[in-house]
Amino acid sequence: MIKVKVKSQSEKSKSVRIDIDHLAKLANLPLTAQEKKTFEKQLADVLSYISKLNELDTTRVEPIGHITGLENVTRDDETAPSLTRDKVLSSTSRKYNGFFQVKAIFEEQ
Amino acid sequence: MKYQPVIGLEVHIELATKSKMFCACSTDYFGREPNTHTCPICLGLPGAMPNPNLKAIEYAQLFGIALNCQSQLNTKFDRKNYFYPDLVKGFQISQYDLPFSQNGYLVTKVGRKDKKIRIRRAHLEEDTGKLTHATVDGKRVTLIDFNRSGVPLLEIVTEPDMSSAQEAKSYAQKLQQIARYLKISDADMEKGSMRIEPNVSLRRVSGVRGRASSLPGYKVELKNINSFRFAEKAIVYEIKRQTEILDRGEIPAQETRGYNEVKGITVSQRSKEEAHDYRYFPEPDIPPFAFDKSYIGRLKDKIPELPDEKFTRFKKQFGLSDYDTEILTRDRQLADFFEESTKAGRVEKMSPKQIANYVINKKPDIQEILPATLVKTIAGLTTPIQTDEAKLEAAVKEIVNENTNAVKDYKDGKVSALMFLVGQVMRQLEGKADPNLVKLKLAEKLK
Amino acid sequence: MIDLTSLTIKEAVDLLSTKQVKAQELTRTFLERATKLNKKLNCFITISQNVALAQAKKVDGLISDNQKLGPLAGIPLALKDLFSTAGIKTTAGSEVLENYVPVYDATVVSKLKVANAIFIGKTNLDAWGHGGSGENSDFGPTKNPYDLTRVPGGSSSGSAAAVAANLCLTATATDTGGSTRQPASFCNLVGLKPTYGRVSRYGVIAMASSLDTIGHITKTVYDSALILNITAGQDPFDATTSPKSKEFYTKEIASGVKSLKIGIPQEYFAHLDIDIKKLIMEAVKKLESQGAQVFDVSLPHTEYGVATYYIIQPSEVSSNLARYDGIRYSFGRDKFGAEAKRRIILGTFALSAGYYDAYYLKAMKVRRLIREDFTRVFKNVDVLICPVSPTPPFKLGEKINDPLSMYLSDIYTVNVNLAGVPSLNVPCGFVDNPSTGSGQGLPVGMQIIGPDFSEKLLYQVGYAYEQETKWYQKKPNL
Repeated sequence: MIKVKVKSQSEKSKSVRIDIDHLAKLANLPLTAQEKKTFEKQLADVLSYISKLNELDTTRVEPIGHITGLENVTRDDETAPSLTRDKVLSSTSRKYNGFFQVKAIFEEQ
Repeated sequence: MKYQPVIGLEVHIELATKSKMFCACSTDYFGREPNTHTCPICLGLPGAMPNPNLKAIEYAQLFGIALNCQSQLNTKFDRKNYFYPDLVKGFQISQYDLPFSQNGYLVTKVGRKDKKIRIRRAHLEEDTGKLTHATVDGKRVTLIDFNRSGVPLLEIVTEPDMSSAQEAKSYAQKLQQIARYLKISDADMEKGSMRIEPNVSLRRVSGVRGRASSLPGYKVELKNINSFRFAEKAIVYEIKRQTEILDRGEIPAQETRGYNEVKGITVSQRSKEEAHDYRYFPEPDIPPFAFDKSYIGRLKDKIPELPDEKFTRFKKQFGLSDYDTEILTRDRQLADFFEESTKAGRVEKMSPKQIANYVINKKPDIQEILPATLVKTIAGLTTPIQTDEAKLEAAVKEIVNENTNAVKDYKDGKVSALMFLVGQVMRQLEGKADPNLVKLKLAEKLK
Repeated sequence: MIDLTSLTIKEAVDLLSTKQVKAQELTRTFLERATKLNKKLNCFITISQNVALAQAKKVDGLISDNQKLGPLAGIPLALKDLFSTAGIKTTAGSEVLENYVPVYDATVVSKLKVANAIFIGKTNLDAWGHGGSGENSDFGPTKNPYDLTRVPGGSSSGSAAAVAANLCLTATATDTGGSTRQPASFCNLVGLKPTYGRVSRYGVIAMASSLDTIGHITKTVYDSALILNITAGQDPFDATTSPKSKEFYTKEIASGVKSLKIGIPQEYFAHLDIDIKKLIMEAVKKLESQGAQVFDVSLPHTEYGVATYYIIQPSEVSSNLARYDGIRYSFGRDKFGAEAKRRIILGTFALSAGYYDAYYLKAMKVRRLIREDFTRVFKNVDVLICPVSPTPPFKLGEKINDPLSMYLSDIYTVNVNLAGVPSLNVPCGFVDNPSTGSGQGLPVGMQIIGPDFSEKLLYQVGYAYEQETKWYQKKPNL
């Protein structure tokens, strides 16, 4: 865990905790101990810079909607041919009888 | 009773669209070979992008209206981010803070009383793939079939308004009935097109008058329930299990438990860490939706007579018992068939009660037999009527010209419209025709 | 003898249609040159020899039968390795997809096929589009043809270097935060970032969905317009493409700039390298002499662009890269490079419970302010002209250990992506190369920015300037 100084509107320093172990788990990302150390420092710098946005008062600003301004884009309920199974399974070697195969996942104790 | 059960239900209903929620793959995957109903989009291939199925959205909105919900005029899809092997993109396109429908209710009969259950929300999302467990070369593995990935799902969440397994079952059955009436889903628990996840907890009932205290501080979610019967059993078991824990002075763990049909018990599932952080954010690949009130109004007009309304009308119109009326209106197809039969019956001067008795007790195959033919069968006529061809032609022509709406409905695929037209022709001919021949002639004319 | 590798698309189309050269001959020449120079430059991850020759053979067949030809018939082009090409390996520059062969074509790829273009190969890039130098590729960095010790820019590093070195006549690219404009400016080329929603993203490996645009790199402005004629248009497979009909971008390209109103955004020139500033102001003067009027304007939220961008982009990246779980088509997540891992962690943080409001939501609010800056300014001027990069092409290795410093170099490009508007990079000269090595100057580009769907106007402005200066004639010494 590291603390990052964040510039707030009143220029007071506020600490932000980054829990890199927690984030790596959430992101399903394996990190070595060295990577964790390096990234912590680099991300602290980035987050410190990003706190710049606190200089702006956005209390009366709406978040931007879809950048295109488009609405109600849909398609009709029509079918089209699916991929053949050979194509679907062509990019993996971990398959069995037409299924994708992974290590056993246990759901019950 | 020391404790009052606090039960909510989360129900997933697979919508009966032809194609999937975000791609054109067929949804007719049940019983098919694995991984034969996928494309780059529902397989989550690099570069693939979603395009929403308008029919699925309409079905979702119709269902919300039928459940007396407020329809959201401005809405969107959101990404729900988590990792699981059956989730191809590592996120599910769902809805977070602006579901299509909110704050509705459903009324269902429990025993003799009416129970009102509040619907918190109903939203659209895409289904995941299916996992099965197997042993390959001596090793335990998990196999994945993505045929189901991307099928449109409607998720309906209630407030925890139910206080018994019976109420929960009744709610689920009513929900199924409405979905089938609307023809938006076959809502079949065996096929997996309807899935139930009850959440169960108990709260203390204190004082002489049994006033309930505040909501319990925990909730147990039940999964792996494959029928209404098992839902009832699982809830009953769970109430008992939690009662024993509370009696011991402990609090049941907040967790997910799977129902084991064989043993009739619930078992704790390997708890998935702390509460999920799904990091919801608006789906950038799908622009938002804006509906106006008149559009919602037009959808409202599309809602057919729902079970409760039909029940009330049938009772008034046909004067049958509650029991008989309930059976006749349970299924929309049967109700329509019965109603058509009463129209044909009037020609034969047959009472609705006669027809009801026959239908309820003899259970004729209403897919095979026409209402007009049924009436004749009941009236005991077994010889086919000689049909005057010329009169038939004339009657068919006239009825087709006069009933443009029914003709249109039939051409749009509504089979019941044909039955209606047959009934009209039979009336015109005062019953003097073979109903099957009438049906053939009509079908030919409307080709 | 015509030097076939010194052509523009326009010239090549003429030669092919007048039967002065055969498609197979042209293709073979480019394939040989690409194979030879790739060892030095590392532009290509895959050179699709067999596909290219088969396509060229087909085109020759069509020509000899006097059949209808697509507008790019016989033109050798390259595709950034983010574009899904059925049957041709597509790696995103990452070991995670080292052996991935797509089973479908991106929409833009299909369009280029229908136009009868020839696919020379898949170009190198910063893995997943993450970078501004080409050094984040898992397949080695690409070199700048104008100085092999320097970067060609990124993330479309291979695309820019390949076109500059005449290994193909054009290359597709993407621009999420500058990845088409900046490498084009580093390699003396024309690079288009179209309006968001102008060109379909379907089939292009996604980086940040609300920012990604599909661009391309060419030697000349006319060539760029020619390509946009083909790639632009609504796509039922991409729900974010615009229903606005595309235009004929090459038509009236020589209209000139009389009474054109050019805005110079002061925030982009405040701390700019003096030599770059000089070149751009000379370019502006040139346009003035052709009849344009020049005004000082302000985009007050410019300084918040990088911070806003580096919240929104990694957030969407973290979600878009979640599908690479090793089950259906990729290697495991441990194979992600350092920059990808950094952005995934940063994005996960910005979206996580308790931080979403302060980061992602806040950034989406500032994004609105940035877009409004552009909307407001375009009420008074027709286009903006400003720099693309704060520095000329830098040395390989110079910035790689300092991610924040790399991010800050995006200052002139990211606001355009946040606003969704189009921008065209055109070469505007060379600065002295501080290292005496190659003797050549280092290319500098300027961007011409316009309101939504103003690509036709951008091409007219770029063309007017280009025809007076013809910087594209200055080739790299290879």
